[in-house]
Amino acid sequence: MAYSDKVMDHYDNPRNVGKMDDTDDSVGTGMVGAPACGDVMRLQIKVNAAGIIEDAKFKTYGCGSAIASSSLLTEWVKGRTLDEAASIKNTEIAEELALPPVKIHCSVLAEDAIKAAVKDFRTKHAADQQSAVAVGE
Amino acid sequence: MKLPIYFDYAATTPVDPRVAQKMSECLLAEGNFGNPASRSHKYGWEAEEAVELARRQVADLINADPREIVWTSGATESDNLAIKGVAHFYKNKGKHLITSRIEHKAVLDTCRHLEREGFEVTYLEPGSDGIVTPEQVAEAIREDTVLVSIMHVNNEIGVINDIAAIGEVCRAKKVFFHVDAAQSAGKIDIDLEAMKVDLMSFSAHKMYGPKGVGALYVRRKPRIRLEAQMHGGGHERGMRSGTLATHQLVGMGEACRIVKAEMHDEQIRIGALRERLWQGLQDIEEVHVNGSFDKRVPGWLNVSFNYVEGESLIMSLSDLAVSSGSACTSASLEPSYVLRALGLNDEMAHSSLRFSVGRFTSEDDVDYALAKIHLAVDKLRELSPLWDMYKDGVDLTKIEWAAH
Repeated sequence: MAYSDKVMDHYDNPRNVGKMDDTDDSVGTGMVGAPACGDVMRLQIKVNAAGIIEDAKFKTYGCGSAIASSSLLTEWVKGRTLDEAASIKNTEIAEELALPPVKIHCSVLAEDAIKAAVKDFRTKHAADQQSAVAVGE
Repeated sequence: MKLPIYFDYAATTPVDPRVAQKMSECLLAEGNFGNPASRSHKYGWEAEEAVELARRQVADLINADPREIVWTSGATESDNLAIKGVAHFYKNKGKHLITSRIEHKAVLDTCRHLEREGFEVTYLEPGSDGIVTPEQVAEAIREDTVLVSIMHVNNEIGVINDIAAIGEVCRAKKVFFHVDAAQSAGKIDIDLEAMKVDLMSFSAHKMYGPKGVGALYVRRKPRIRLEAQMHGGGHERGMRSGTLATHQLVGMGEACRIVKAEMHDEQIRIGALRERLWQGLQDIEEVHVNGSFDKRVPGWLNVSFNYVEGESLIMSLSDLAVSSGSACTSASLEPSYVLRALGLNDEMAHSSLRFSVGRFTSEDDVDYALAKIHLAVDKLRELSPLWDMYKDGVDLTKIEWAAH
């Protein structure tokens, strides 16, 4: 498989590899994929009080394109709002990395991962808001 | 050290310089370029002589009669000729064939083709060690079975089937027995005087001969007949027409002569290299050998590195020429059907690498590979969420993954 220079760069020097405490309220975690399919991505975002993503970490089990897609995504989401991050399209990732057609599913997985992380963060905070209301009563 | 280092002798081997020399003598105007079928002049006679010497060299390797050797373009053609040739010739006797799930595609696809023509095929499941037993074959044989086709050594895992015992079963039940020996010839002893095998396929390029040439052994006593697949000038006693490629056949003959003379010493050396590789991997956690460890050809190791995906592993090992059972390295996006048939789950199939060492592999090559493998596995496990979970004691089989 001949990869683009950008894929090779992210593969050789993956950005933002790591793990955050997923019980931390400011952290949203998205884990997508399945080992049986050959790729699993875990993407985590840390969101500040203003609703801006200030940090992102990933770990990915998968082929070079899957690793590059998730590495690139962590760079892109930093500094963005949750809505902006959730609106990133797989086609943008595939285009940036010049993924070959058989590897498009890796960019789809990355899009799913950020959507799942944003959803996880929002779910956590929906619960917070409800309990805050409950305390107020 | 020439990079990437070649660890894919199971895929093909470089031509031995002694073989290349012999071949080069059969090409130019001043060399032995004649058509072996030309009966009317010296050019033809000399070419025929060279081809017949090569035929004897192939026969000698497997303790057969030279008249039992039919030249082909390689093991794929040999498999096609053997299986279709028997099925078509004996179709009035029966239309049932037996093979295994982990045969080479040259056998499986040929069987599929026959199924479309109305033949029935039983596909035996190997054990988790990759071995098909004589008992399985005996149970599967029916009244209308005409042919059993079982490989000697599997091309992905290097595991050896007991074809002598399977041959006894087939002969006792009067069923023809074909063996794909592309991966065993030149690595382990084959004695067709002793083994009850009726047809056997060979390939030159797996034993330091050229690509594009192979042979089919066709037993004379008891006689077996084939319907030709290639029609034309009636070469090879009508079984395979086409002008004999003198340089290719001479190359295969010389390759057989060399392995016959050197096989035993060579396999000891190669086995030691494989052992060095395996011992060097022992300090990596969660490394598993695929297929039987004991019943395998000396030079091969098919291993799975759990929690690491095979294609990314290969990317990290760009200095090593290895192959993977991972889906991502295949056009189909399906993991290896051989590893799946052994009962490996998809993850382990995705994480597999096949190392095969050979004539030109050195200890330094193996040590270099070991250093690279350690770096790559460490790096990718550091990147792997599955490794994190394994280390945290999470049972990955209990998680409901969203398959995509």
